[in-house]
Amino acid sequence: MRQEFIITVYSENHIGLLTRITIVFTRRKVNIESLTVSESAIPGVFKFTIVIKATKEQTIKIVSQIEKQIDVLKAFYHTNEEMIYQEIALYKVATESLYENDTIEKIVRNGGARILEITREYTVIEKTGHKEETQALFNELNKFKVMQFIRSGRIAITRDPIERLSEFLKERDAFLNSLD
Amino acid sequence: MTTKKVTGSQAVILSLLEEGVDTIFGYPGGAIMPVYDALYDFDKNVKHILTRHEQGAVHAAEGYARVTGKAGVCFATSGPGATNLITGIADAMIDSTPLVCITGQVASPLLGTDAFQESDVVGISMPVTKWNYQITTPEEIPEAIAQAFYIAQTGRPGPVLIDITKDAQFGELEFEYKQCTKIRSYVPEMPVDPFKVKEAAEIIDQAKKPLILFGQGVIIGNAEDELKAFIEKTGIPAAWTLLGLSAIPTDHPLNVGMLGMHGNYGPNLLTNEADVIIAVGMRFDDRVTGKVSGYAPNAKIIHLEIDPAEIDKIVKATVAVLGNSKKSLKMLTDNVKENSHDEWIERFRKCDMIENEKIIHKDLYPEKPGLTMGEVIRIAADKTNHEAILVTDVGQHQMIASRYFKFRNSKSNVTSGGLGTMGFGLPASMGAQLGKPERTVIAVIGDGGFQMTIQELGTIAQNKLPVKIIVLNNNFLGMVRQWQQLFFEKRYSFTELQNPDFITIAKGFGIDGHKVEKRDNLDGGIQKMLDHNGPYLLEVVIEKEDNVFPMVPTGASVSEVILEP
Repeated sequence: MRQEFIITVYSENHIGLLTRITIVFTRRKVNIESLTVSESAIPGVFKFTIVIKATKEQTIKIVSQIEKQIDVLKAFYHTNEEMIYQEIALYKVATESLYENDTIEKIVRNGGARILEITREYTVIEKTGHKEETQALFNELNKFKVMQFIRSGRIAITRDPIERLSEFLKERDAFLNSLD
Repeated sequence: MTTKKVTGSQAVILSLLEEGVDTIFGYPGGAIMPVYDALYDFDKNVKHILTRHEQGAVHAAEGYARVTGKAGVCFATSGPGATNLITGIADAMIDSTPLVCITGQVASPLLGTDAFQESDVVGISMPVTKWNYQITTPEEIPEAIAQAFYIAQTGRPGPVLIDITKDAQFGELEFEYKQCTKIRSYVPEMPVDPFKVKEAAEIIDQAKKPLILFGQGVIIGNAEDELKAFIEKTGIPAAWTLLGLSAIPTDHPLNVGMLGMHGNYGPNLLTNEADVIIAVGMRFDDRVTGKVSGYAPNAKIIHLEIDPAEIDKIVKATVAVLGNSKKSLKMLTDNVKENSHDEWIERFRKCDMIENEKIIHKDLYPEKPGLTMGEVIRIAADKTNHEAILVTDVGQHQMIASRYFKFRNSKSNVTSGGLGTMGFGLPASMGAQLGKPERTVIAVIGDGGFQMTIQELGTIAQNKLPVKIIVLNNNFLGMVRQWQQLFFEKRYSFTELQNPDFITIAKGFGIDGHKVEKRDNLDGGIQKMLDHNGPYLLEVVIEKEDNVFPMVPTGASVSEVILEP
């Protein structure tokens, strides 16, 4: 059964690695729903958060192929339930429509969104949440015509009490030292 | 350690010498000229073989790697030079062959500008390399090359590509070399888990109809003796994949033959009766398994494998033992009971008798007028006492040669397995000969594949490589024709070839040879080839429409192996 999985990849910061990782998906014709890359809490270690729709079996194979890449430290996969995750969305609406009635204000208040910038021409609204939530706000705001809309890729954090990467790096260092 | 100031291109050569490289295959061109200039001063330390095409260089490097176990090294220039390597790199990737390919690149300020002979070779080679890296400053050279050799040669080996911009080759650095021994993000092999070994041993001890499948992992891991000890202690019959061939002697009483599409009758048929399968250093390629859903339905699977990504990829393992086969086989042998499986082995013998009567005898001792590939292979193998290195191309002749050559020594079979690269054979035989100059190298090639890299006859002649080349000529792309006959109603769409006079061509290159068309001349012809001092081309005209059997048709289960059309 196909479902959403969140793949987390920890890697060295090497040029080209993003391509190496995406090739693993492309070759198996699995579409990436969203992808976010940034430096992790550990300097020099980068973290990829990749969302795909696939079967569990497919996901396991993809993760082992990603982990096989030389510059990848570790890759994990999780279901949505196993992680806390968020996406951020920005909406640009005409400031005029904000003045004309108070509906937009209510939408912003009730939707837990906030206003980032107001100019004569436009107002930028921000909302953080799951895709369904940011999409719902889009649908509401679009009644007044959204001029521009952008949603980020997903970021996610595990429900585990321990930071698994630092544990992993400690183990890896000990293992590599034991080989000497 | 003292350092010395050198140019980037000198650093490339010095780094290769530090890695013990004795042979480089390559082709010069604009963006790699500084490296070639540096090489000029080192012609006493390292041999460079100028091939006639970059594809020739990379296949030669593969041949060298396969017989020595060391990384094959090749040079090419940027753009077309680099892209011409790609087929060989892809071949090495799927067959786990260690390569270090060094390509020149346009100067770094020109990167991404569509400069003359610029191609994004790092991008192009990414899906087919174990690792690749672009060097843009001279200081990076020693460390990147050290990592390249470490990655190419450890764990599950594979090809690595290092792309060096021309300005990095010209620039200077303080040279200091340190071999790479670890990389934080890369664990070449997992330590063998003793609990998994115990679990596997218990299953093996209980087995009534166990079967061992061994692949190239045994050869790469130098685990031939360990495999033999394991087989002999457990008394379990063992069958080989195309690349596992030669790991244990063909005439070993427990060696029951080849697996897969054109493998032997017994190991295919009986795979589906086995209750335990012990797969060692093999990856359940589709040519071995046939229809996976109908594969080994009664068997528990024990998978000894170095690459974690291979576990459960195709066939789910009951017990997976990760790690180097040399270590895992030794531990497994220590843990299993001595045993024998005479009745089970008798089943394989019976299958052998059937296959022998229906196929093998007719292939090896034909009574029809036309020559068969099988009889050519039989005579060539017998005359070299089964001690030659066999290099094959891809197609019918490859299957026939693999089935009938018979080996005594490991690392003696060089072929393109996973990628099935036509044109591989001739250049690979040059590399094999350079890797093992003391051994007889016999290249068996079809008339189709021979013409894909035929220009390497020039390299063979120039370097006086005493390769014995047998071209099995049926004026057809034989394997494709066989499929057309069996599955496409004999519609022979573009498989018939009008061939040149191969002997005249060879002589034009300065290579002696002759053509055999009749059985009476075959034995003498092969003898003449083997006695010849230097390279030799023997063309044998064989029956036009011979087929390779047994065969597991595509989409069929291995137990549906057929003996005749």
